[in-house]
Amino acid sequence: MYTQALDIPQQSADKGPRVVENPEYQAEFDARIDAGGYIEAKDWMPEAYRKTLIRQISQHAHSEIVGMLPEGNWITRAPTLKRKAILLAKVQDEGGHGLYLYAAAETLGVSRDELLEALHSGRAKYSSIFNYPTLTWADIGVIGWLVDGAAIMNQIPLCKCSYGPYARAMVRICKEESFHQRQGYDLLLAMMKGTEEQREMVQDAVNRWWWPSIMMFGPHDKDSVHSGQSARWGIKRISNDDLRQKFVDATVEQAKVLGVTMPDPELKWNAERGHHDFGAIDWDEFWNVVNGHGQGNVDRLAARVKAWEDGAWVREAALEHERKRAAREHQAA
Amino acid sequence: MERKEWPLWEVFVRSRNGLDHKHCGSVHAPDAKLALQVARDVYTRRQEGVSIWVVQADHIVASDPDAKPELFDPAEDKIYRHPTFYQLPDEVNHM
Ligand SMILES: [Fe+2]
Ligand SMILES: [Fe+2]
Repeated sequence: MYTQALDIPQQSADKGPRVVENPEYQAEFDARIDAGGYIEAKDWMPEAYRKTLIRQISQHAHSEIVGMLPEGNWITRAPTLKRKAILLAKVQDEGGHGLYLYAAAETLGVSRDELLEALHSGRAKYSSIFNYPTLTWADIGVIGWLVDGAAIMNQIPLCKCSYGPYARAMVRICKEESFHQRQGYDLLLAMMKGTEEQREMVQDAVNRWWWPSIMMFGPHDKDSVHSGQSARWGIKRISNDDLRQKFVDATVEQAKVLGVTMPDPELKWNAERGHHDFGAIDWDEFWNVVNGHGQGNVDRLAARVKAWEDGAWVREAALEHERKRAAREHQAA
Repeated sequence: MERKEWPLWEVFVRSRNGLDHKHCGSVHAPDAKLALQVARDVYTRRQEGVSIWVVQADHIVASDPDAKPELFDPAEDKIYRHPTFYQLPDEVNHM
């Protein structure tokens, strides 16, 4: 999902099972996980657990922050003041999500600057879904409906993940995501009641976003390298394929009400399975986008780095202002 | 890499009068005034609070998680501190 790159095999890190640093602590840790308990920031934890969490939480945070860009693209061109206010609130929420998550990652002993540096240098990944362009206003609706919809599906189980600060951040995020999905669907409903041209715009946006949305759940379970360990640690509670199926099943009805079709001729109800079957996913395209080959990736990162660098003087001036104020206060005392 | 990071502040929000302030997360800010402002934007976009406290994170003194047994176990065997320890006659046991 927003952390799909976790499923990419790592060259150096995570070679086989970790060394047990302290068998007694390890046993306590395992027991707590098995009992469905939480691990808190200052508790002992295996190094690999800490590293996996830093990687997952920061990837998730980066995705929220980069995710502001494709939608931000439409703020100045929203068709009405109402839609503009809604979109502003939605994009601001995504910024907030990024901040909750960076704060959760920092409890694991990594600094905000290190995390941002990893994103800006291209070392850290973010969800490839945000590398696709937003070509028309209908894309804003479809992102809310499908992309945020897929995110919700994936994020609800994370509210119960074993790392306390991450779980609490996710509870906060999930509360806000429902607004994102509903405003998107509402926007599309309005367009579907409009002109023929507007209906075509919606269908075109659905055609472009459907496959990327269901790819957000990551590789099939049999090809997913980190899932086993993450499940053992209570970080991943439901598998990629199960979540994807749940999403497809939920979305089909919503598409019908909206009056659009999914660009998949093999999508149909399978009474025997009690689920919808769907066509094969083009994983070559997926990995191509995940690995950052594409103009989208270059543009997104460039926009991030520019925002960070353009803001440097503000960050420095604010620190200097506080340093002077503290010095004055010290002198007066 | 040069470190020019804004310090970390812990944020506590009172969701409505009558309730305690509750820890809800943290923010980076250069000073107390901006920490409050940032906390407002990050944690109370939907009227989640009526009052905010911010505390610079390194001013918080926390108990050592490894000292949990020494700190908290001594209370374990003092069950007489709970009302349920006392079995009273049926007629008055709702006391
Ligand atoms: Fe979000
Ligand atoms: Fe969202």
